[in-house]
Amino acid sequence: MFRVFWVILKRDLLLALRRSSEIFTVLFFFIVVVSLFPLGVGTEDVVLKKIAPGVVWIAALLASTLALDRLFSADYEDGTLEKIVLAPNSLSISVFAKILAHWLLTGLPLVLISPLVGLFYHLPVNSVLVMMLVLFIGTPVLSMLGSIAAALTLGLRGGGVLVSLLVLPLYLPVLVYGAGAISTSMEPGVSIDPYIFLLTAFSMLSIVFSPWVTAAALKISLE
Amino acid sequence: MKINWFKYSAPMSFYPLAGKLIPLFWIAAIALILGGLYWGFFKTADILNDQKQYYRIIYVHVASAWMAMWLYAMMVFWAMIGLILNTRLSYVLASATAITGTVMTIIALATGAIWGKTSWGTYWDWDPKLTSFLILLFVYIGYIALQSAIDDVRRSDKASALLALVGLVLVPVIYQAVNCPDPTECASLHQESSLKRIDPNILIGMLVTTLGFWMYSFATTLMRARIIVLERERSTTWVSKLPEIESRINNTETGGES
Repeated sequence: MFRVFWVILKRDLLLALRRSSEIFTVLFFFIVVVSLFPLGVGTEDVVLKKIAPGVVWIAALLASTLALDRLFSADYEDGTLEKIVLAPNSLSISVFAKILAHWLLTGLPLVLISPLVGLFYHLPVNSVLVMMLVLFIGTPVLSMLGSIAAALTLGLRGGGVLVSLLVLPLYLPVLVYGAGAISTSMEPGVSIDPYIFLLTAFSMLSIVFSPWVTAAALKISLE
Repeated sequence: MKINWFKYSAPMSFYPLAGKLIPLFWIAAIALILGGLYWGFFKTADILNDQKQYYRIIYVHVASAWMAMWLYAMMVFWAMIGLILNTRLSYVLASATAITGTVMTIIALATGAIWGKTSWGTYWDWDPKLTSFLILLFVYIGYIALQSAIDDVRRSDKASALLALVGLVLVPVIYQAVNCPDPTECASLHQESSLKRIDPNILIGMLVTTLGFWMYSFATTLMRARIIVLERERSTTWVSKLPEIESRINNTETGGES
């Protein structure tokens, strides 16, 4: 069972690394969105610190939504996905491997690039660390929930916009708590533990249930 | 006694039954809504605590808000039955419920905004209840959008049913999420929904209006379900033998209708 997991994970990572420009597209999209906000809203220090938590999360939400299209579509077009669905092992495991690979390629780079946002928005070092932590905990939820929508809209006309419509409302808890943790970290003497605990809970829940729902959705879409 | 639970799950027997029930639900809806609103407008106090007559929007606001949530639960119920038993009619009912639910959510949001302007001084506030209703609207719209994006009927039914289930799990989570972790930190404008504190006189008007909204939802859902059934079963013989369809076919054949 875990052999299938590793095989799919390795295959997806290898395929993506051979075409590494796609990873950088998502990453640069994130950076561009983040750097547009100060130009539109104003570059005062107070304003920047105030909007930074929300902006970084909304940019992450949009970047991960745009990347969802690639999760299944390439495999769907060349027929690999049908082979994976027909394989005798548990589909949830294979799906989990695919989502994990997707997160390693689109979520993790965002976590690693986020100190740059701290630089743009004059955040204190402490808040930058908190931002990296909550992005690390929160972005898996985005990939997990997003995979459900990606599976449901597989191969549809205008699937990209539809995915955003389906998935962005579901991202709301992560946005609220993720941005909340970063804002709270800038206030002296307030603990950010509640935010971290709840985000971790969302993360765990979505990791347990999403591969299972996504597998069901894939079966419906490929029927 | 042996009951055939699935008798009306066949579109063929559902269609005439729904046709007979729709007028009854319409009559009940009009009577109950008019009765409830009459009671609410003329038989209750003009001023409620600090609120003036504006509070009377409560009859429509509460009724539509209840229906919006209840219809979502109904939609998920039919979607779930559809996924478990694979009955075509369940999916038809789920998708017929969705639009009435969306309308109710919009009515609840709109009346809430008007009431909010008179009592809070603002049309909109980002408080947990308002925000979760907005999200409920988005989930309804997502369901309808997904359903209309997929051409294949079977896939569209099942995919949207699954989405409705995912939405059901997330609605309470979102409701809790927009509550802040520490409730003392942020004040919420919307009061707790509690039936106990309401004056019995107002409660009667509210419950009667809600019952009327309920009947209205039944009527519109069944009407929409009948249309969907006709659309999906148009190639079957029982549809072509229906009196209303047959007369139309004859009319076009003789050139009666141009």
